[in-house]
Amino acid sequence: MIQLTAAQMADALAKDETTSVELTQAHLDRIAAVDGQVKAFLHVDSEGALAQARDVDTRRKSGEKLSAIAGVPLALKDVLAQKGVPTTAGSKILQGWRPPYDSTVVSKLKDAGVVIMGKTNMDEFAMGSSTENSGYGPTFNPWDLTRTPGGSSGGSAAAVSAFEAPLAVGSDTGGSIRQPAALTGIVGVRPTYGAVSRFGLIAYSSSLDQAGPFGRTVLDTALLHEVMAGHDPKDATSINAPVPAVVSAAKSGDVKGMKIGVIKQLQGEGYQKGVQARFDESLKVLASLGAEIVEVDCPSFEYALAAYYLIAPSECSSNLARFDAMRYGLRTGDVEGASAEAVMSATRDAGFGREVKRRIILGTYALSSGYYDAYYGSAQKIRTLIIQDYAKAFGKADVLVSPTAPTTAYKIGEKVDDPMAMYLGDVATIPVNLAGICGMSLPAGLAEEDNLPVGFQIMAPAMQDQRLYQVGASLEAALLSQWGAPILSKAPALGGK
Amino acid sequence: MTLPTYDEVIAKWDPVLGLEVHVELNTKSKMFCSCATEFGAEPNTQTCPVCLALPGALPVVNEKAIESTILIGLALNCKIAPYSRFARKNYFYPDMPKNFQISQYDEPICFDGYVDVEIDTEEGPKQFRIEIERVHMEEDTGKSLHVGGATGRIHGADYSLLDYNRAGIPLVEIVTKIVPGTGKYAPEVAKAYVAELRDILRGLKVSDVKMEQGSLRCDANVSLKPIGSDVLGTRSETKNVNSLRSVERAIRGEMIRHAELLNDGKKVKQETRHFQEDTGLTRSGRSKEQAEDYRYFPDPDLVPVTPSSAWIEELRATLPERPSLRRKRLKEEWNVPDKEMQAMINADVLDIVEATVLLGADPTKARSWWLGEISRIANDQNIAVADLSITPADVAELVALVAAGELTDKLARQVVEGVIAGEGKPSEVVAKRGIKVVNDDGALMAAIEKVCTEQAETAEKVRGGHLPAAGALIGAVMKETKGQADAAKVRELLLKHLGQG
Amino acid sequence: MSSLSRDDVAKLAGLARIEMTESELVELSSQFGMILDAVARVQEMDLSGVKATSHPQPLENIARPDVVLPSLSPDEALSGAPAQEESRFRVPQILGEAE
Repeated sequence: MIQLTAAQMADALAKDETTSVELTQAHLDRIAAVDGQVKAFLHVDSEGALAQARDVDTRRKSGEKLSAIAGVPLALKDVLAQKGVPTTAGSKILQGWRPPYDSTVVSKLKDAGVVIMGKTNMDEFAMGSSTENSGYGPTFNPWDLTRTPGGSSGGSAAAVSAFEAPLAVGSDTGGSIRQPAALTGIVGVRPTYGAVSRFGLIAYSSSLDQAGPFGRTVLDTALLHEVMAGHDPKDATSINAPVPAVVSAAKSGDVKGMKIGVIKQLQGEGYQKGVQARFDESLKVLASLGAEIVEVDCPSFEYALAAYYLIAPSECSSNLARFDAMRYGLRTGDVEGASAEAVMSATRDAGFGREVKRRIILGTYALSSGYYDAYYGSAQKIRTLIIQDYAKAFGKADVLVSPTAPTTAYKIGEKVDDPMAMYLGDVATIPVNLAGICGMSLPAGLAEEDNLPVGFQIMAPAMQDQRLYQVGASLEAALLSQWGAPILSKAPALGGK
Repeated sequence: MTLPTYDEVIAKWDPVLGLEVHVELNTKSKMFCSCATEFGAEPNTQTCPVCLALPGALPVVNEKAIESTILIGLALNCKIAPYSRFARKNYFYPDMPKNFQISQYDEPICFDGYVDVEIDTEEGPKQFRIEIERVHMEEDTGKSLHVGGATGRIHGADYSLLDYNRAGIPLVEIVTKIVPGTGKYAPEVAKAYVAELRDILRGLKVSDVKMEQGSLRCDANVSLKPIGSDVLGTRSETKNVNSLRSVERAIRGEMIRHAELLNDGKKVKQETRHFQEDTGLTRSGRSKEQAEDYRYFPDPDLVPVTPSSAWIEELRATLPERPSLRRKRLKEEWNVPDKEMQAMINADVLDIVEATVLLGADPTKARSWWLGEISRIANDQNIAVADLSITPADVAELVALVAAGELTDKLARQVVEGVIAGEGKPSEVVAKRGIKVVNDDGALMAAIEKVCTEQAETAEKVRGGHLPAAGALIGAVMKETKGQADAAKVRELLLKHLGQG
Repeated sequence: MSSLSRDDVAKLAGLARIEMTESELVELSSQFGMILDAVARVQEMDLSGVKATSHPQPLENIARPDVVLPSLSPDEALSGAPAQEESRFRVPQILGEAE
């Protein structure tokens, strides 16, 4: 049952072939069997999940009209507040914190009857690309347990990849949904900025953060996207427009006559051989399906990484100031005679990990007087240039594409002491966040040198998210018929399968 | 080393002022969340994820606060920025949950305005124009109780208790440009400026503007430069100035303190000081030289505020008459001497008197009732005139009744008592208490004759031309008629009766 | 090559209220050089005449009506408090003064 897609599960529920309780229990069993190895979850809420499942089953029996994916279980990245359930953002500084409120995304999931099974592991405060920066230990890639699943939404991606959940929610600030999706062989989407409410999403970089869906197929991802997205008056940066028709786009999936733009700067040198190869093949597939492949030039993208690593740390240095041991979270150093200032400083040193501290210091520097113009100010101007380059490129093509990440999944511990090497892994995903547009990663195959998944990235203009699903579904179907079976069938079996 | 006298100070030094006023807006909900703003609630009963700065919470600005801020800017003759943004002011303090304050930095919503004030001097009234640098929006902090120290102040406390009910209350900050050229009148000018601001804000109805309650707060900046010099001196900032009188005292005190240091060849420290009500002096606080770098940047959770010129003009049309102009107009219309005008302003009854006049009462009569009898009763009861249960309509009715001869002034006073005691409107009190002027000559004559018979000796004196004796007789007649006769009429009839009219 | 000295990092850590150990300060200082060089690339392009973007979407004037909605109960508000007393958050003695 857990091998089904979410769409198939939803269908079975609608046809009364199974119940949400059965479905949820099957997944809880799977989690119990394999999560000891994968470590995708920080907190499994079995009781709460089964109660939600019972509730949905009752609602369905009473004839209530339910959402398409009501009763389907899901894994939630621990960056979203869920009332009464431990929420840590992967940090020791929030160990044990139970929010007194639900994030808007969680409210929407609950209203839609989706069953939230638990909170998944992540790089601390979403800062990282491998989930190794979690305060609670790393998550392991189901394809090879000695490797990272990517990050920062590594737990959510691994959970879906390991069949612990058919759907998951992540967040993407510099690629944190798309890159783990690529490294674990699943689909991940970073919606248009402002399309999904950030109310209750623990902030890392406010102008770049966005929550988004993971699934094993493009359609599954679309079904979750539709439930999560929508205007929220509690979020002043939320777009007041209807959710693009992502589900119908995923169902129709036709690229005939579409122009697909390859970004000159996001391929070639620096990209692993197998990654580039799968990318080129996918382009050929799309061409064979009737799309026209063009090349576009985005020169400002050379500076995207630098701009990102100024903007995000600057915003986070301010967003993370609230973790001060006064109102919630960890408090240490509260000995006789200690001042509030001392307790604050001791707690923040003990509660934050190395990468978080690194970025806070960098951000504090970039915003400080005398340096603002040279660093933060300049970065925000680069951002304007990136937006302009995208606008020009979208004048020539309906969607833009690139490999999602320069490499396949790397070994745990390989890059953790080399921050710059880690940052370079985001080079293809970051421009999307800086421009506030949407992007998807879907499996393009395996790299022959290591038999690890490769991701194909599709980008579309703001609020044109449905184009991602249209092109993605088309490519997915074609690749599926090439491979004969979904890519995940090639993944090694985990204990207890 | 004794302090120089104020005269000595101004003989040598030229003061330069800067005033920052914070106004608490009277919106129903907070600046960035929908928690209530009512004063005096139980601790932490008016908080939410946003104003507690829980992880994941986001601010959304209160549209009424934007409107109020624009109204304030317009009333202060400011330009309204077509594009303004919120900025984060980053620093750590337990009463500020996010450890940054959402404020405005280089893009305030209003800028470049002015306020004209007038003060009384020996050489007659003098006008000063105070230029306004900016008016911007920000949020207030929570309140801390410091426990364990001697005086409940922060120094020496063991720990603190925090209540976040006030965190996020909308504030408007009004900053003047530097104010030179006030000379010896610096303290009075500052006081007049804050008073005028208060009146303007009250007229706009955007705040309670009660300095004692903290809904209007003033920080005063003072520096001295040698007379004739262009080089500004080092300034100090004085906080905790809680009344108009304190504004004046604080500035005067700081001028003297600066002068003493400078006369001695010492330097003035750039610092924040706290005004002390009891001594009128300031105490050193935090040194501004070690001030934090606030690392201002545009708040990414909020979007720009871009009021349309159409909306701004709509708001401009709703501005009430400027207080100083209104006062001038009323003074001329009512033909009131300055001293009386000032008395009404000081007693805060100008609005009430105007309302009474607008209902048809004679201005002089309206004034004398409100400033006289009614103020006396309010003082006795230790409450404000506005809080008594007598309205301008009541007083207008009263004045009409007296003018029509249906009440004497003395009887009217009884009616006032009755209205204030809650017995109803003047006509109702008259009916209930059976107050009536005895106008019936016949009845009056009967009383007069009775009294003259009973006090025949005194009556004889009056007949003989000793008029002062009539007073006792008039008093007796008043008593006979239970005070309901018109004393003047009684005197007229009595004297006539006794051959002296 | 740009760099931040150990003392520079210590100053920033003070501004950020993070009490770092000596080894942390030294490590950060050594890593910063490379990071700063990388991010300083933003100055390479000709940015004169380019406006800064602080928001990807051109939203303006998003506000909420002046309406009161229910607050958290004091229990909910204090539910995460490391220490509390009489419905207030209890914090250690504060040395600095309020703004």
